[in-house]
Amino acid sequence: MLYFSKWKAFAILAVSAIICLMAVPSLLSPTAYESLPGFLQRKIVLGLDLQGGSYIVLQVDAESVRKVRLEHLRDDARRVLRDAKIGYTGLAIQGDAVQVRIRDGQDADAALTQLRALAQPLGGPMSTSGQLDTDVSRDGNVIALTPTSAGIQSRTIQAVAQSIEIIRKRIDQLGTTEPSIQRQGADRIQVQVPGLQDPSRLKALLGQTAQLTFRLVDTTMSPQQALQGRAPAGTEILYSQDNPPVPYLIEQRILVAGEDLTDAQPSFDPNTREPVVTFRFNTNGARRFAEATQANVGRPFAIILDNQVISAPVIREPILGGSGQISGNFTVQQANDLAILLRAGALPVPLQVVEERTVGPGLGADSIRAGLIASIVGAALVALFMIATYGLFGVIANIAVAINVGMIFGVLAMLGATLTLPGIAGVVLTVGIAVDSNVLIYERIREEARAGRSAISAIDAGFSRALATILDSNITTFIAAAVLFYVGSGPVRGFAITFGIGIITTVFTAFTLTRLMVALWVRWRRPQRVPI
Amino acid sequence: MRLLRIVPDDTKFDFIRFRRISFPISALLSIVALVAFFTLGLNFGIDFKGGTLLEVRYANNTLNIGDVRSRLEALDLGEVQIQEIGGEGEVLIRVAQQPGGEQAQQAVVGKVRAALGEGVEYRRVEVVGPRVSQELLSYGIVGLMMAVLCILVYLWFRFEWQFALGASIANFHDIVLTIGFMAIFQIDFDLTSVAALLTILGYSLNDTIVIYDRIREMLRRYKKMPTDELLNASINSTLSRSVITHVTVTLALLALVLFGGRAIHSFSVTMMFGVVLVGTYTSIFIASPLLIYLGVSTRTLAEKPESKGPNAKAERLAP
Repeated sequence: MLYFSKWKAFAILAVSAIICLMAVPSLLSPTAYESLPGFLQRKIVLGLDLQGGSYIVLQVDAESVRKVRLEHLRDDARRVLRDAKIGYTGLAIQGDAVQVRIRDGQDADAALTQLRALAQPLGGPMSTSGQLDTDVSRDGNVIALTPTSAGIQSRTIQAVAQSIEIIRKRIDQLGTTEPSIQRQGADRIQVQVPGLQDPSRLKALLGQTAQLTFRLVDTTMSPQQALQGRAPAGTEILYSQDNPPVPYLIEQRILVAGEDLTDAQPSFDPNTREPVVTFRFNTNGARRFAEATQANVGRPFAIILDNQVISAPVIREPILGGSGQISGNFTVQQANDLAILLRAGALPVPLQVVEERTVGPGLGADSIRAGLIASIVGAALVALFMIATYGLFGVIANIAVAINVGMIFGVLAMLGATLTLPGIAGVVLTVGIAVDSNVLIYERIREEARAGRSAISAIDAGFSRALATILDSNITTFIAAAVLFYVGSGPVRGFAITFGIGIITTVFTAFTLTRLMVALWVRWRRPQRVPI
Repeated sequence: MRLLRIVPDDTKFDFIRFRRISFPISALLSIVALVAFFTLGLNFGIDFKGGTLLEVRYANNTLNIGDVRSRLEALDLGEVQIQEIGGEGEVLIRVAQQPGGEQAQQAVVGKVRAALGEGVEYRRVEVVGPRVSQELLSYGIVGLMMAVLCILVYLWFRFEWQFALGASIANFHDIVLTIGFMAIFQIDFDLTSVAALLTILGYSLNDTIVIYDRIREMLRRYKKMPTDELLNASINSTLSRSVITHVTVTLALLALVLFGGRAIHSFSVTMMFGVVLVGTYTSIFIASPLLIYLGVSTRTLAEKPESKGPNAKAERLAP
């Protein structure tokens, strides 16, 4: 137990030193860190609770996915029936299905065949599962199109993937450092943005679908008449952003939508000096916008964002250049954010914020200070106690614990793990538990010496017997840490990581470093008596 | 230099006979804990209950807690707790979960911000919707149960079933007492509390196993010793280690309680109770004496081959 070959001693020291040194890049200034070679650029990430920032979980609502899917089905059904020149009435969304009544019973079969073509195989056209995303059924003259739950599920997954891309584009525009955007489970997106002063802006950017459409205003009746009576077919009432909101009667038909924008920038109207957003259409959008404006000179059209009317200017002349501007009493920031949203594109479905945790930079700094003070005080108290109890062997234990802590940070850096405030607590607790391995060894040595063994034989037996116990007791604690890592989230996971790594490094140092240091001491002093 | 020696060499306390006192005490405490749990209930934080939490700071003594209270009450948000903390103009505001799904929770922050006006530093804002809080709660419960189960299986594998059963009864006792403690003092029960409970579990077991390891070793060595004498000798010979380790862990925890900051305060206090008060007591006075009732004796091990695990290997290596 006390014999170490030269190369073994060297290997132990080398491994410990290298792992400790891995923590060094985390301490460097950003410029020094950047100058390191790539394989050394690994560092500990401070958790949001320490550096301040926002953690937001967004959820794609299966109901919204269903609603969007139903709306598309309805529009597709209308197009299909029109193209096939089949007469129908009452095309509408009824609960979980789109229903339509075919006027002439003779057409019903033809209509069914046409509408069946709208159902897509799940998993793409090459899929062999035979499952479709939509059920098309006929009951007399009524045909119902019902999205299947498997279809909704696969669309939800698609929606999450698309949303992650769009959210990334939006957040990149904020210019914050190292945002993290990840899928969480089947229908959630976890967004972490460090160091943001005001999360309300972030939430506003994430929470908006940003579906932009250009549509004509229906002027055949006033919105008030439409509100009282029946709005003409193919129109709906939408409100402006003003307070109180002003109603507009808007055609459902979309002239051009946000997908056809190639660019959007905030700027100022040269005449009014008001903040506006200027935009440019792609070729397709420009052509359609030109045609629409040519045909409707003198009529108002509306610019609509997420079912709210931003402005409704009158078309004075055809707009052929493929660009334009949106003005709507914006502040500079609003114009800026709208431009960001338009550039990044619309979310496929609305997202809901289901969890939000924001820590201001002030509290983060306080937590770092508190964690640091607690660590120093805790380590100092434990170290003093160990020296008081075990003298020289206490010093050896303290060196082992110090290297142990260095190794925890080294491993954290290698893994690129996140250090949270509970994580710091985990380190402090590790200091408490790491000395336990030394205590176990030393107490066992004392016992063996009392039982009448010579000093060297007592030290040897003490180590070999205590190490078995150390392994057994630490494995159970490690199981608890592993479960915690598995079920925990955020800061709790941070605790589990440092605690778990701490247990491993503790066992490692007990088996190698402490033993090596004691062995060297024994070889040097040839003790006749156990010094504890 | 004279070294500090807390526990004298060769103590001969009769821990096993003490079970006639410690078992009734533990039974009584467990009943108190369960009664507290069912009557007072746990003080669930927003992690498990949903709702909104804001920590705000008013600079330079501009805090008027009455004014904050009346402004927030005017919002009509249902149950609102307002608590002054620290002493530097900091206020903790807790708003209960709002009816009306996820969006309603989000609206709360905006309303509170508008009501408090300018000149307020928002140090922490947490909003947990109904869906997430439900999940976190079930994750927490599943996590605790999974940990107990995994540890049980491990102990069963490494020791005999009597030890596994004894350790898990002791474990259960620890968790019940700690939960009772949290109910009586209405300590915030949130995700970090689950972490605290799991760590207490790990620590308490760590301790129990050190003693069990020794019991197993003695069972192998002294085949003729009566069980109660053997258990006593095992506890006494590890007593010095138990006490010293608990001093060091207490010192580390003390630093966390005093200087670790408010964010982990309830975590540190719970750990202090669970590890320092309950953990040690359990391993010495509950877990080990229990083995008598579970029928551990030298015969338990005789059925198994001796060369099992690293302990046997250690035996071989020792001169």
